[in-house]
Amino acid sequence: MPQTLSEQILSNAAGRHVRAGDIVTARIDLAMVHDSIAPSVIRILHEELGAEHVWNAGRIAVAIDHVAPAATTQTAESQNRLRAWVRKEGIQHFFDAGRGIAHQVLIEEGLAQPGMLVVGSDSHSTAYGAVGAFGTGMGATDIALALATGQTWLRVPETIRVQARGRLRAGVTAKDVALRIARDLRADGATYQTIEYHGFDRFSLGERTTLTTMAIEVGGKAGVVPPTGLALADRSVPNWLRVEPGATYSRTLEIDLDELTPQIAEPNHVDNVVDLRDVGRVNVDVVYLGTCTNGRHEDLAAAARILQGRRIAPGVRMMVVPASSEALQLAVADGTISTLLAAGATLGTPGCGACIGRHMGVLAPGDVALFTGNRNFRGRMGHPDAQIYLGSPEVAAATAIAGYIADPREVVAVEPRAESSTVIPLMSS
Amino acid sequence: MARVWRFGEDVNTDQIVPGRFAPYVTSEAELRKYPFIEARPEFASSVVPGDIIVAGRNFGCGSSREYAPQALKLVGIGAIIAPSFARIFFRNGLNLGIPLFEADLQWLPDGAEVELNPEQAVLRFEDRSVQLPHPPAWMQAVWSAGGIVPYFREHGRFPGEAAQ
Repeated sequence: MPQTLSEQILSNAAGRHVRAGDIVTARIDLAMVHDSIAPSVIRILHEELGAEHVWNAGRIAVAIDHVAPAATTQTAESQNRLRAWVRKEGIQHFFDAGRGIAHQVLIEEGLAQPGMLVVGSDSHSTAYGAVGAFGTGMGATDIALALATGQTWLRVPETIRVQARGRLRAGVTAKDVALRIARDLRADGATYQTIEYHGFDRFSLGERTTLTTMAIEVGGKAGVVPPTGLALADRSVPNWLRVEPGATYSRTLEIDLDELTPQIAEPNHVDNVVDLRDVGRVNVDVVYLGTCTNGRHEDLAAAARILQGRRIAPGVRMMVVPASSEALQLAVADGTISTLLAAGATLGTPGCGACIGRHMGVLAPGDVALFTGNRNFRGRMGHPDAQIYLGSPEVAAATAIAGYIADPREVVAVEPRAESSTVIPLMSS
Repeated sequence: MARVWRFGEDVNTDQIVPGRFAPYVTSEAELRKYPFIEARPEFASSVVPGDIIVAGRNFGCGSSREYAPQALKLVGIGAIIAPSFARIFFRNGLNLGIPLFEADLQWLPDGAEVELNPEQAVLRFEDRSVQLPHPPAWMQAVWSAGGIVPYFREHGRFPGEAAQ
């Protein structure tokens, strides 16, 4: 029987042929722990489970990204305890404050690879599907069990097939595809399921990550892009991992990329998505460019191309928080950061920034924000009486110039983003 | 008797405990004060152990933060009943030993006084008796162990394998 990519990956991880609906105990290839959940994970691991050490320090990655750098003495102390634990356990894959968001860093470092089962303490661990891994988010107890045993238990998910046709037009991006998927599937449309994204061979690794980070926003257990196309040409793909004609999908969602226009998620739900042209005039106070969904170099560069030689509107605050130090270095090297700063933007330390509403640009009551992240829940970025609209980096740049939510195609002549034939080499490779 | 607390659809974990109130930035000791602190500020001070949450579909969507169900456990929530749950929340709730039932009881008014027998999955309201769907045996085994950690320590393995 032909298998979906999830069935193939979980068969490999379980050591037997599995099908959707099976409950399996599976071997973990990589486990990610981040700063805000780490204290609970470490407590459960040692005190409740009685484990002396982690199962395999080489298969664990630890990142300080959720409050990076520390905002209070309490988080500073907590992070020092985490650093001491990492040293004690001999964990080499440790990414301290400033290196960036775990999901982006694990992909940049080549730790997440095609065919792997990756579990992470953050819900956006679906990101790892960008390289053809099965990435899924879990709570502190599951992660502690994973660290103790090297295993987890899962129900093998059914799979929804997203089938794209055509090519994105200038000013329309992977973010608009992700929002279109949320609009069609709704916030629980993929609950307990994987999304497989087909027809995206031309997408860069970053664009694929934009899609997969948002699989969780429709309830997905994982979001997997088949590891084919130029963007994945330098990765080694296991010979058992391939799209098999005849695999069973619970449904297929067709997306016509040629026809897609910029999308906006209005407050306070990610699936509250409309065409940008139907939004009406929404004045904004804050434009926030960053996150694991849209904080990569290519996102910053796309915004800079629109902001080149222009100024952000009076009264608008624009915050730029790169997803990683590598994204920041690339953006410094090619003048992107300089362009953004000249336009009036402000720069934050690579990491999750204000996406969880803890520091680095949290919103006040009444603030209206255009955010390139993945969640617009009430209170997500600070005060519950702030309003969060989700959109692409290009929309963010156009909005910063206009002072209201604007279509990049109406602000400047936008060039399409380069396709993955012009991949920027990873600095670490 | 237990009081019903009614919530709507797509209740996300940022509503249950906002990120700004995480133990990482506040403290474990304070967590019991924070469930629904902004979405429903009277909840944490009025809820009593055994009370039940009845909500619409997709309860617990969003972040993987286990401190959201943990906060509900700390105030003694007896069960959560919704037509569907977000996957990570359901798993975290199960891991913590909170009874979760997939059923649509949104006809129950907020503040209704009910009686719930989680083992038999039966809820009584006035003169009505409602049979809730029975969770699979392995899931009940996790609940009765008190959560996944005591279950794992007792059995030395994860649920499911033996149940097939």
